[in-house]
Amino acid sequence: MFRTVEELVGLAQDRNLPVSEVMIQTEIETTGKSYADIFSRMADNLDVMEKAVQRGIHEEIRSHSGLTGGDARLLQKYLSSGRSLSGDVLLDAVSKAMATNEVNAAMGTICATPTAGSAGVVPGTLFGLVRKLQPSQEQMVRYLFTAGAFGFVIANNASISGAAGGCQAEVGSATGMAAAAAVELAGGTPSQSAHAMAIALGNMLGLICDPVAGLVEVPCVKRNAIGASTAIVAADMALAGIQSKIPCDEVIDAMHQVGRMMPAAFRETAQGGLANTPTGKKLKDKIFGQAARSSVLDNR
Amino acid sequence: MKYRSVFDIIGPVMIGPSSSHTAGAARIGRIARKLFNDCPDRVEVTLYGSFAQTYRGHGTDVALAAGLLGFDASDPRLPDALTIAAGQRMAVSFNADTETQVEHPNMARLHLTKGDNVLDLVGASIGGGKIEITEVDGFSISLSGSNPALLVLHRDKYGAVAEVAGLIAKYEMNISYMEVARHEKGHVAMMVIQTDEEIGEGLATEISALPNMLNVAVLS
Repeated sequence: MFRTVEELVGLAQDRNLPVSEVMIQTEIETTGKSYADIFSRMADNLDVMEKAVQRGIHEEIRSHSGLTGGDARLLQKYLSSGRSLSGDVLLDAVSKAMATNEVNAAMGTICATPTAGSAGVVPGTLFGLVRKLQPSQEQMVRYLFTAGAFGFVIANNASISGAAGGCQAEVGSATGMAAAAAVELAGGTPSQSAHAMAIALGNMLGLICDPVAGLVEVPCVKRNAIGASTAIVAADMALAGIQSKIPCDEVIDAMHQVGRMMPAAFRETAQGGLANTPTGKKLKDKIFGQAARSSVLDNR
Repeated sequence: MKYRSVFDIIGPVMIGPSSSHTAGAARIGRIARKLFNDCPDRVEVTLYGSFAQTYRGHGTDVALAAGLLGFDASDPRLPDALTIAAGQRMAVSFNADTETQVEHPNMARLHLTKGDNVLDLVGASIGGGKIEITEVDGFSISLSGSNPALLVLHRDKYGAVAEVAGLIAKYEMNISYMEVARHEKGHVAMMVIQTDEEIGEGLATEISALPNMLNVAVLS
């Protein structure tokens, strides 16, 4: 059992195991379930993630409010034009993160990673890296265990709830988890995973949770998208040997502290930030006011 | 530690859009339904904190109704729960209390009735779909819902706890957490027992048959 990232990395180094294996063994110890059971349950989660991504990039998705849907497909189309500035891997990941959150906003089936509002970053990053790294199914399942191990530390020492800690606790946590897991998938060390997470999460500190009309749509879908790009860049930095000057556990503590000091208006109450802009308020009135839902769709 | 399993972080598989406001709410509703052990005629829901502010946008009301119908958070019928509840003559009303300051940002009080059968429950959604039941019928408890658990309402008499614990041992099961809450000495008390293993119907039936037991509910 580990409580901190330092302990997690220490366990992996002492036993000469990847972080994913430490997580699986810890799960066996705490639940008494078999290796096969635990592995296949995570493989089922991977299937759900893949289906959501595929739906989002192939089907016509629209949320009930009409606020979100279709952007993942736009990005795929743009990607195939070959004009992308940020590169194929990055933009594919961004598109697949969006796909997941668009399906989520449309009340589709997703796997929370660590929450539903932040469900796009971890699978988006993974499926964006598939073409480049060509991982086996086992490696993809392991990626999720590694992401889970780092998320486990955040959840127990800080928070993964936007209502408690703002968006930094949701998309911020997911971005840190994805960065750490991408490092292992690319063959990096447990210590590099910790640096990747510290770099990624450190960059998200202070991010507020300000959903327009209280819906998990604007800006959530795009924050997941850019979270995936941050995760890949942070992973690349750590794989290059760049270290976070502030240790990962201290970054997590800092995130927790920032969350506690954050005014309630910025913690999922839809009272501040983008939710409180003139357009944000207008959209809310349109969706929940007298205007029919169809008029929202027409104005897109 | 609040989170014990990697599947609390990578999971649950659920219907969107919000793990705390949709999946967590469905879980709170489902636990209330299990403890009530019947389909209620009426449910009055009071929402607090962020639940009260944003419940319509997140489908918190729909998800609570889904849970009260016994659906889990990944049930594809979840989005239609309010219509299905109306069809089953379960009247669910929602009241947003934005004034009362609450301990946790996402809290709901559920008051279920059917004839003389009444259940009052307070639940909090603490993030990532995880929940905590903090109050049942006025008893302050702490129940995560992520481990198998027994809730036993019993007369506050000597031996009651020992007999229940004895039966659990007979089934070769391990208690991971246990508490007993009561209002007044000698009246009614509630045991909350979490176990490492799944709790079978056999054990629940045997506990119900013990003297001094008033109600036994199993959460798996």
